[in-house]
Amino acid sequence: MIGLEHYLTLAAMLFVLSIAGIVVNRRNLILLLMCIELMLLAVNFNFIAFSRYLGDETGQVFVFFILTVAAAEAAIGLAILVVLFRNRRSIAVQELNTLKG
Amino acid sequence: MFQSVLFYVFAIVLLGAASGVVFSRNPVHSVMFLVLTFFQSAVLWLMAEAEFLAIVLVLVYVGAVMVLFLFVVMMLEVNIEAAKRGLTRYAPLGIGVALLMVIELVQLIWLRSQGVTGTSGFAATPEGYNNTKALGAVLYTEHVYAFEIAAVILLLAIIAAITLTMRKRPGIKVQDIAAQVAVRAKDRVRIVKMDAEKKQ
Repeated sequence: MIGLEHYLTLAAMLFVLSIAGIVVNRRNLILLLMCIELMLLAVNFNFIAFSRYLGDETGQVFVFFILTVAAAEAAIGLAILVVLFRNRRSIAVQELNTLKG
Repeated sequence: MFQSVLFYVFAIVLLGAASGVVFSRNPVHSVMFLVLTFFQSAVLWLMAEAEFLAIVLVLVYVGAVMVLFLFVVMMLEVNIEAAKRGLTRYAPLGIGVALLMVIELVQLIWLRSQGVTGTSGFAATPEGYNNTKALGAVLYTEHVYAFEIAAVILLLAIIAAITLTMRKRPGIKVQDIAAQVAVRAKDRVRIVKMDAEKKQ
């Protein structure tokens, strides 16, 4: 029988995989954004599992708002990325040292 | 039993697709793997009887956000060779952090669930339960202010994205329609009064 623990374990694995992605993909800012999307997906898994477990819809409403904010974040993040690429011709994280002084 | 098999199949494909996102060489393949990940998640949410959110995930994420990602990935010409070098350099560190965290989290979840009885399996929903209707009933009453703030955040995202990416190119020849319409005859023709020239 599939229950709360299965969903929580799956979400934990997804979250950890996206953390590994953030550590590994330091050369590409787009992949970092995608890993953040994966992390938010893992968090949403937790919210849905607990909402279903407790029989309370508030968790699903929270997931709805997370989806909204994540969409806004993706739009603004990609816009910043495009402007950055236009100015620097590169999106590698190591080369973003203009503010270092 | 059948549901368990389905859950494991979709979970394995989900984790495989997620590792494809992380470890793929080509950013376009990463986006495609991310689309697959979202589809698998939508199916798993359907199995948890969160139907509305499953459909929203497919419509909003796969339909809009992923297409945006794909546009940006294809618009920027990223040096894949440089990205490959970084991947192998940081791989041991990333895998180490991931293994440590997954052991901790899974241990926590399963050890905590040992002492509690009757946690396996979700309770059955009551007869005639409608997920979308129940969600709407909560969303538009208790959380209506948060809903309005979410609308403002989306508006903010639209304005921010447009202002950030809009650029003015100097030296480009375009018609200024307002100036053309507002022009008057006296601005165009100048009448100069002068004496007649003497005959040579």
